[in-house]
Amino acid sequence: MTRARPSLGAPPALLVAPAALASVFLVLPLVALVIDTPWSQLWGLLGTERVRQALWLSAITSLATVAICLVFGTPLAWLLARVEFPGRGVLRALVVVPLVLPPVVAGVALVSALGRNGLVGGALDDLFGYRLPYTTTAVVIAHAFVAMPFFVLAVEGALRSTGADFDAVAATLGATRWTTFRRVTLPLILPGLMAGSALAWARSLGEFGATITFAGNYPGTTQTMPSLIYTELQGDVEVARTISMILLVVSIGVLAALRDRWLRVP
Amino acid sequence: MAAGPVTGPPVPGLRVDVDVPGRLRAAFEVPRGSVVAVLGPNGAGKSTLLHAVAGLLGDIGAVAVDGETWSAAGSTSRLVRERRIGMAFQGQSLFPHLSAEANVAFGPRSRGVDASAARAVAADWLTRFGVADLAARRPGQLSGGQAQRVSLARALATDPQLLLLDEPFSGLDIGVATSLRLELGEHLAAFAGTTLLVTHDALDAFTLADTVLVIDDGEVAQLGAPADVAARPLTEHVARLVGLNVLREGAQLTSFRPDAVTVSLARPEGSARLQWSGRVLSTAPHGDALRARVETSTGADLLADVTPAAAVELGLAAGREVWLSVKATSVQQYSAAPTPSATPSGTP
Amino acid sequence: MYCLGMTTLRAGALAAALLVLPAALTGCGSDDEPGGGGGDGGEITVLAAASLTETFTELADDFEADHPGVTVTLAFDSSATLAGQAVEGAPADVLATADTATMQDAVDGGAVAAGPTTFATNVMTLVVPAGNPAGITSFDDLEQSDVDYVACVETAPCGNVGAALLAAGAIDHEPASLEVDVKAVLAKVTSGEADAGLVYVTDATAAGDQVESIEIPEADSQVLEYPIAVLEQADDADLAQEFIDLVLSSAGQDVLATAGFGAK
Repeated sequence: MTRARPSLGAPPALLVAPAALASVFLVLPLVALVIDTPWSQLWGLLGTERVRQALWLSAITSLATVAICLVFGTPLAWLLARVEFPGRGVLRALVVVPLVLPPVVAGVALVSALGRNGLVGGALDDLFGYRLPYTTTAVVIAHAFVAMPFFVLAVEGALRSTGADFDAVAATLGATRWTTFRRVTLPLILPGLMAGSALAWARSLGEFGATITFAGNYPGTTQTMPSLIYTELQGDVEVARTISMILLVVSIGVLAALRDRWLRVP
Repeated sequence: MAAGPVTGPPVPGLRVDVDVPGRLRAAFEVPRGSVVAVLGPNGAGKSTLLHAVAGLLGDIGAVAVDGETWSAAGSTSRLVRERRIGMAFQGQSLFPHLSAEANVAFGPRSRGVDASAARAVAADWLTRFGVADLAARRPGQLSGGQAQRVSLARALATDPQLLLLDEPFSGLDIGVATSLRLELGEHLAAFAGTTLLVTHDALDAFTLADTVLVIDDGEVAQLGAPADVAARPLTEHVARLVGLNVLREGAQLTSFRPDAVTVSLARPEGSARLQWSGRVLSTAPHGDALRARVETSTGADLLADVTPAAAVELGLAAGREVWLSVKATSVQQYSAAPTPSATPSGTP
Repeated sequence: MYCLGMTTLRAGALAAALLVLPAALTGCGSDDEPGGGGGDGGEITVLAAASLTETFTELADDFEADHPGVTVTLAFDSSATLAGQAVEGAPADVLATADTATMQDAVDGGAVAAGPTTFATNVMTLVVPAGNPAGITSFDDLEQSDVDYVACVETAPCGNVGAALLAAGAIDHEPASLEVDVKAVLAKVTSGEADAGLVYVTDATAAGDQVESIEIPEADSQVLEYPIAVLEQADDADLAQEFIDLVLSSAGQDVLATAGFGAK
């Protein structure tokens, strides 16, 4: 069953050529990685405790990051898109800043705020004896800090494009703002939430600089896949390559499974 | 409230005295149960009036419905969701992710009715509009006419005090619009509250409404019964709508029908005040006659009806230089009353 | 897809740039020596282990003073990373690592042209932040479960030796974090984010008042030898050798000794 397509002519070379270059640019390093990987080692390495711990840690911290983004980032995006308040523009700009911060700088900022001698961290330590660095919680915090701007931007974009008109319609029908959010806004921005979650998840999975600066690097508690790979680069490059491959395969697998159902924007 | 004879003047169904800066300045009142057709050219402020009364434009003046103050200058106005309004928007604005039934049930549910009772109310209203079989369909699967019916059902399902309809027939096929107009007429007759119906169509005004409110350039230009407005239009827009020629000098208006106009090539005899020279802009069939639109040297456009035979004789076509004249006996003269405003009778 | 709001991105970028600028200006890491005209002089790039930061910076200054017109570019990183870069053909002239194992990697990778020659030795020590907030008095105190101490990853020379010393001292309590190089360990201690850290004696010297040192028993049994070599890919092998000669000279050795390095 062939679908009738409009006779618009062949795509112009002026567009195809750069597109082809971009494709090669993006695909070549991945192909090279696949070719260079000692595949025989892969299964064996997958069985080592270090790799399993790192995989597990990456999995739970990235999922926790997405959860945090959904619970805290969605209301923030809604506030920025739907409510007018003094300083909104400033807040919007500040929320985006972690996006452009080099990850290590983000880590330094987190230490300044939440480290044992930090602005809030110091108080936490003095009052409750609770210290954030070197804990898995710290890893999640670092991930959420760098991933949330992606999420908020995606969701705020979705909120702007679905329009506030439906909010007015719901109000004329007698709905409170919370009911409107729950029954009208949220279902309509679902694709945006999914896209934002995917972005946040991906950023969290690859996060390294802020994590190692703020949370540390220790197998089982704070050593995520990227940290493990960097550590192994110090010693055995082949092992580092193989572990990179594992991370790549897992990521592609998850994205492929999600792609058709969630990432497609209607 | 104690039973017994009602004393004092009847409470108006809708009293409005609003000022939306730069867009609309309107003050009027109508009795309860009125169906008010809001006429006027594009951008005059018709939809603005609806949005203002609904509370969607914030604090803009005084609005009182059935004697209850919804907003008043100097005090906080009632929130949109606390006003018992049923609003049908231009383009329907049905929730795209909910079925037709869920859309109609949304109002009752939001006001605290439980899910199954709300569904029953929705099913009832969909039946009344003849679209019960579309209950499970999403708005994307409905035709224009069907969506408009669902939209109207949704507005009425909340049992409102005030019905606000924004161009309910725009974008519909003539046949669909006609049947929908008839149905809406029946529903409006059964509706106890007041209705504001914004429309471009004179037919809507004269078949559905008992009051016509003309808005022009952000001001109320005329308020009256349809027959009065049609016979003595105060604005060119309404004159065009009802097919009348209207000329205005200050507060004096002169109106005459197109079929009272005589078209000639040579300058006619008679009163110079009722003669105009001009150039034909366009011609179109109108019933048995040919209606010509003529741009006169005074700047005003006039309509003139001629028989097809006369048209041929005159060589009537766009660009033709002609003279128009009308007999003094065929002309109506009237003055524009001051803009109708609400004189508060009783407490606001 | 969805419009991402370019105005907010621009505002955010500006805000971030203002925040980052001071950090970038005082950045650590590779040190660019201001070159004095380039024409008749030469240029050499030296890859050196992180623990050589202060000493090699000073030696580079001395070298430039002795050789007007010559620019010395320094790159400090973990020894393993530098050895790897040298093998990959990074444009450098001299490699100086913190242990012989990493230098051997470079030799095996065919990156070494001349040498290696040992130019200094180092031993490890335990440091705590100034004021010793955790009250650590001996190496054994690391055994306590509420002490957060940091060490290098085992794949780095400082980590390798550190692990050996911990094992020798029968310390079962694991470190809270493994940093990629010794300077990162030191930074955690000086900022007070760690109760203690295993670093080189030279790092403790360099940190001055910011840390207090506690001797590690058996530290002298684990001596790190620092080798230096000319790289295959050196543009100017003679100039590179001259730099090495400076390092090995009595003047160079004085600089190293002042910093706490042991004799070669």
